[in-house]
Amino acid sequence: MGRILPGLVVGLIFGAGLTLSDMVNPARVHAFLDVAGAWDPTLLFVLGAAILPSAIAYLIRRRMGRPLIESAFSLPESRSLDRPLLLGASLFGIGWGLVGFCPGPALAGLVLGTWQPFAFVAAMLAGMALHTVTLSRSTR
Amino acid sequence: MMEPLAPSLAVAGGLLIGLAAALFLLLTGRIAGVSGMTAIATRIGSGGTPWSQATAFLVGLPLGTALVAFFVRKPDVVVTSSVPLLIAAGLLVGFGTRLGNGCTSGHGVCGVARLSPRSLAATAMFMASAVATVFLVRHVMGG
Repeated sequence: MGRILPGLVVGLIFGAGLTLSDMVNPARVHAFLDVAGAWDPTLLFVLGAAILPSAIAYLIRRRMGRPLIESAFSLPESRSLDRPLLLGASLFGIGWGLVGFCPGPALAGLVLGTWQPFAFVAAMLAGMALHTVTLSRSTR
Repeated sequence: MMEPLAPSLAVAGGLLIGLAAALFLLLTGRIAGVSGMTAIATRIGSGGTPWSQATAFLVGLPLGTALVAFFVRKPDVVVTSSVPLLIAAGLLVGFGTRLGNGCTSGHGVCGVARLSPRSLAATAMFMASAVATVFLVRHVMGG
């Protein structure tokens, strides 16, 4: 229970934020990405506002020896810009641009009464599995 | 045309997303990344977040969505994409986020906030490629 409750609460806050800010609506995301069309700045406000508490937490973290419920911080240490990172990010961006779903909003969409997120999430899991069976050993 | 969203809602929602990332860091010492936790919860991949916690996060996320949709504001989810397009996009997002070790949450919200060079590069890359994709589909191919 010690790990489940924090996961649940944090997930709940995260999902509430995505929904309040309309990031669960692919049309809203597309309108941000479409810089040559009727541009909508919403995503920029959302991302900017999200980075603020997150950045404050990283500053607080510097004064903490360990996190509140685990024995140590476990953050990625690597700083190298390698090919898998850049290739993966560009493939992700193509998929994101095609329909306007990234993983969080797609999962949130499962409870909003439309069927499309189910098709997207199924394919997303297949894509993740494809990575695991083909490449995961060489990129870890 | 879509109604503009009140900037106060955008900012309030963004602050909640950031608060979630902040709590996750200070409580567990880890990055709140949705793609990574999805892979862990489904046992497709492995990572630092324990299975039970990743699964609880993925249960909580749609729960938070449902609560806001019910009590505050029911969002329109407008998806115009066809099934083949949804599948192609899903495959690219799934494969790409695993290969690149993160998505909009892990790289975009957490990584940028801690000024991780990898996350800054990944965020610039997926933003640029998404903008280019939308430009091609909407204005060049005329979709």
